[in-house]
Amino acid sequence: MEKQNIIELKDIFVSFGEEKVLDGLNLAIRDKEFITLLGPSGCGKTTTLRIIAGFLDADSGEVVFEDKKINGVPSYKRQVNTIFQRYALFPHLNVYENVAFGLRVKKLKENEIKEIVTEMLHLVNLDGFEKRSISTLSGGQQQRVAIARAIANKPKVLLLDEPLAALDLKLRKDMQKELRRIQRQLGITFVFVTHDQEEALTMSDRVVVMNKGKIQQIGTPQDIYNEPENAFVADFIGESNILDGIMRDDFVAEFSGHVFDCLDKGFNKNENVDVVVRPEDVDIVPADKGMLKGVVTSVDFLGVHYEIIVDIGGFKWMIQTTDECFVGDNVGLYIEPDAIHIMKKSEYSGLYGDYSTYSEEMEHLSDIEPEDDDE
Amino acid sequence: MNKKSFGSRIVAAPYIVWAAIFIVVPLVIMVYFALTDSNGAFTLANFAQIGKFKKAFGLSVLYAVIATIITLLLAYPMAYYMTKLKISSQRMIMMLIMLPMWMNFLIRTYSWITILANTGLINKFLSLFGIGPLQLINTPGAVILGMVYDFIPYMILPIYTAMSKIDNSLLEAASDLGSNSLSRIRRVIMPLSLPGVISGITMVFVPSVSTFYISQKLGGNKTLLIGDAIEYLFNTGPQYYNIASTLSLILMVLILISTLIMNKFGDDEEVVI
Repeated sequence: MEKQNIIELKDIFVSFGEEKVLDGLNLAIRDKEFITLLGPSGCGKTTTLRIIAGFLDADSGEVVFEDKKINGVPSYKRQVNTIFQRYALFPHLNVYENVAFGLRVKKLKENEIKEIVTEMLHLVNLDGFEKRSISTLSGGQQQRVAIARAIANKPKVLLLDEPLAALDLKLRKDMQKELRRIQRQLGITFVFVTHDQEEALTMSDRVVVMNKGKIQQIGTPQDIYNEPENAFVADFIGESNILDGIMRDDFVAEFSGHVFDCLDKGFNKNENVDVVVRPEDVDIVPADKGMLKGVVTSVDFLGVHYEIIVDIGGFKWMIQTTDECFVGDNVGLYIEPDAIHIMKKSEYSGLYGDYSTYSEEMEHLSDIEPEDDDE
Repeated sequence: MNKKSFGSRIVAAPYIVWAAIFIVVPLVIMVYFALTDSNGAFTLANFAQIGKFKKAFGLSVLYAVIATIITLLLAYPMAYYMTKLKISSQRMIMMLIMLPMWMNFLIRTYSWITILANTGLINKFLSLFGIGPLQLINTPGAVILGMVYDFIPYMILPIYTAMSKIDNSLLEAASDLGSNSLSRIRRVIMPLSLPGVISGITMVFVPSVSTFYISQKLGGNKTLLIGDAIEYLFNTGPQYYNIASTLSLILMVLILISTLIMNKFGDDEEVVI
């Protein structure tokens, strides 16, 4: 059953001077989901969040909250709360008063305020911190106060702007779990902004991959990883080998001078495509048994597996394998049909997915492209 | 470490010598005069005489308090308004506020005479409509006006500095939590700009309470402030040095106490609220 949309952004355009920050953004956020806006810095993810929060007005487009247009509604009247990147806790107030801030603005009774603040501090594991001043707290504790302060207002949507960026790795992992727990416990919508793809994959129900003010792909973490829509998404999420290829027919793709079976269909005959093969999906076999043959040019031991680079006709493949290899070995590559993912050509084609610096040898790879460029 | 402190001592030496000669020595002389009679013998008799100057003390404090309050009421909204402008406009206004300070304080005060005098600018203008002349100069109002005019930059600048240091994300956070602009001013901007307000109050109150020039030029001889009394006594002759020093000492202690109270008030605010 499709859940109801709580927020809809329709055709949002935002420019700062000459720079287009959001370029026709359309996004529907479902009630009670954990959705993550993921992308490199400058992709427009924080701007999107600020538009939902009401700190920024779009140049054009509609912001809809529970089926009502809320363009121009000031942030203090919106039923969303934000957790800021650097927390933005009030330095002149102690922990208790920080959490109570929104409740005091609403003019709740003192005993109600006390009850809610105590409950919130308990929820974020800060019992007994009421009287502490903000400056005596660690980064992780400040983060928890920021969470408690935002959810004390019982918002329908919580916006989180890279809230974990300032924490060290271990604390970040803990807080990821913690946020997920809080989201489930409260049953409210979380809109989370991050540039950390791992964080996005582990925490989210759905991920929105953004670049240059445009949404590249929306999907579950599995969709985004297994079925990337274009070379940008494939490269940004995890490691990928991205090759030029041609769809010879449904379920038949040619790349690296070899014809492979695959599971993709629906392309034009002989359409130019981008082919993604994840490093962990390639099997290393003896050279004579491989579909592709190449020379190992580098080997890194990462504990769980080796990360090796194999030069095949000048294109450097990254392969993760548990078999030990040595630089200079001639090896074969075996690729199962379900390890191959075919993508339409996009503006990102050719920009990502090769694990070498450009070399002359790569030129011959373009030989496989047909003469007539039907794009 | 030793080497460094030796180096820094050399750098600081000129100022230390300066401070010793022109600050510490005069203070010692003042205390000496305050505690001796005209023959140089130790006495506390000078303190017995200060009752005669009760009115001047009272008037000085009253005028200074009024001037400080008016200055604060004018400067605070001004500083707030400035922080809302573009950076270039902020610099421009800052320049305009500093501009009068390039001129000597005595000249600035003097120029008010030509504005407020019975034949001054304002009365000439009013006479065109058959009004006046109004008695503007030589009134308590003129003295307070002079104080406000002369010292308002010292109120605006620290408040403006404190306000512009407030992180914009704090205001966004307050708005996010339901605060409209009035509530943001009351709950975030006011408490966080308090240190600026306190140094502004100190920097306006101190020169106002001890001024003598403004009251002489704009207040005529009707209002005798404590600064005027001290200046008058010193000018009259050496036999009054002792009592004048005593008054100076008391004024200094008063200022010191009020400054300490202000600072204490400021510290408490930050913890309590």
